[in-house]
Amino acid sequence: MRLTLRIWRQRGPEQPGTMTAYEVDGISEDMSFLEMLDTLNERLILDGDEPVAFDHDCREGICGACGMVINGQAHGPERTTTCQLHMRHFSDGDTIDIEPWRAAAFPVVKDLVVDRSAFDRIIGSGGYVTAPTGSAPEAHATPVPKPVADTAFEHAECIGCGACVAACPNGSAMLFTSAKVVHLNVLPQGAPERESRVLDMVGTMDAEGFGGCTNTGECAVACPKGIPLQSIATMNREFLRAARRAPR
Amino acid sequence: MQGVLPTVGVMALATRTGRRPSTLATLWRSTVGKKTVMAVTGVIMLLYLVAHMLGNLKIFFGSTEFNGYAYWLRTIGEPALHYSWFLWIVRVVLVAAVVFHGVAAYQLSRRDLGARPTAYAHRRPRAGYATRTMRWGGIILALFIVWHLLDLTTLTVNPRGEAGHPYQNVVADFRNWYADAIYIVAMLALGLHIRHGLWSAAQTLGANSARRDAALKFTANALALVLTAGFVAVPVSVMTGVVS
Repeated sequence: MRLTLRIWRQRGPEQPGTMTAYEVDGISEDMSFLEMLDTLNERLILDGDEPVAFDHDCREGICGACGMVINGQAHGPERTTTCQLHMRHFSDGDTIDIEPWRAAAFPVVKDLVVDRSAFDRIIGSGGYVTAPTGSAPEAHATPVPKPVADTAFEHAECIGCGACVAACPNGSAMLFTSAKVVHLNVLPQGAPERESRVLDMVGTMDAEGFGGCTNTGECAVACPKGIPLQSIATMNREFLRAARRAPR
Repeated sequence: MQGVLPTVGVMALATRTGRRPSTLATLWRSTVGKKTVMAVTGVIMLLYLVAHMLGNLKIFFGSTEFNGYAYWLRTIGEPALHYSWFLWIVRVVLVAAVVFHGVAAYQLSRRDLGARPTAYAHRRPRAGYATRTMRWGGIILALFIVWHLLDLTTLTVNPRGEAGHPYQNVVADFRNWYADAIYIVAMLALGLHIRHGLWSAAQTLGANSARRDAALKFTANALALVLTAGFVAVPVSVMTGVVS
């Protein structure tokens, strides 16, 4: 395959950036999108140019490190992470636009790399349970009904890649935050911090400069892990409950 | 001894690191809470619109019944309430709902636009038409409310403007093409606003779930359609001579 790539190039955090065109040839349809970018970078390095910076780690779709907006869609045209997107979903001669996640809360570090530490601060403000450390507890000590465990697992699938924020026209982190809140709030282990968790995580989310939810549903379409849009409704319900009941 | 005590006092105070703000402050200061204000005020306005639309349809039963209905509205709650007090209570509630809805929408929109300062170079169609037009639709509806009150409540811009004769005022009004155009455009904007707004309100209030989603979307679409059709029926009937 021969492709034209138009990639956002930006030297550093406060630097101006621009869409720069590159031609790549000899791309196999079995390559992943990141392998295609590796091919481009090898050539750029040999030519003495600066390679395109992008985040990646496990390359098997579970770590949430990679992510770029491909032709206006977070993680590209398939419901998966960028590392698991294969070039067979593109055609010979295509022009592909590649941009970083765009959100005020995710400033560009370099090229396609953005700073997603705002997510870490949301997690730090409540995305945990207080549990005694030490040896693993007896598994049957705390019974969890199967449907509750299923709901928790469904939301625990969130890998924090940030595609929801990138896809949202308001740069909102509601889907991410709701996945974390619902994951822990439905479980008995999460019950002691049920109110403080949702109040503090929403508070941090707002303080980090993410936008609000206008229920466009773009986030749930972009999510590679299929976190449902109704999670946001569940978090709203938890928030309203906590706003009334939280100890003061 | 006296030198030690204050230190102990400070340490004891540090146990409580601060109190959470009140429920109302928590709501108004957060994006989630502010959306709740929009959802609740939206539902209040929607319930009023259903009653308003049903009342409007009484125009098809003739001048006596329509004007009588308008008079009756002013006598609700008598003798506990004075003449037209009920109507004024409704008006105060509605003005408060419109103001809170608008202020919350303005503040959230400012925030939302600021949260995505750089647009994508590769643009593609996003979300549905109703979803994308909520902000402009809301502005159109706010302007329409002003026009509508001047036209049929204060009768300032009404071509007939005879207080106590709403039937005649409505008929005289909708014989003008511009009154019809303004009204119909606003009602189409209203339909779109409700189509997204009602479902969105359910989502914001936490009433939505995977099981209810389809039913809520259907309800929002159906109510949007019925309200728009019910409201537009009046000017169309005057234009076509069904009501005269």
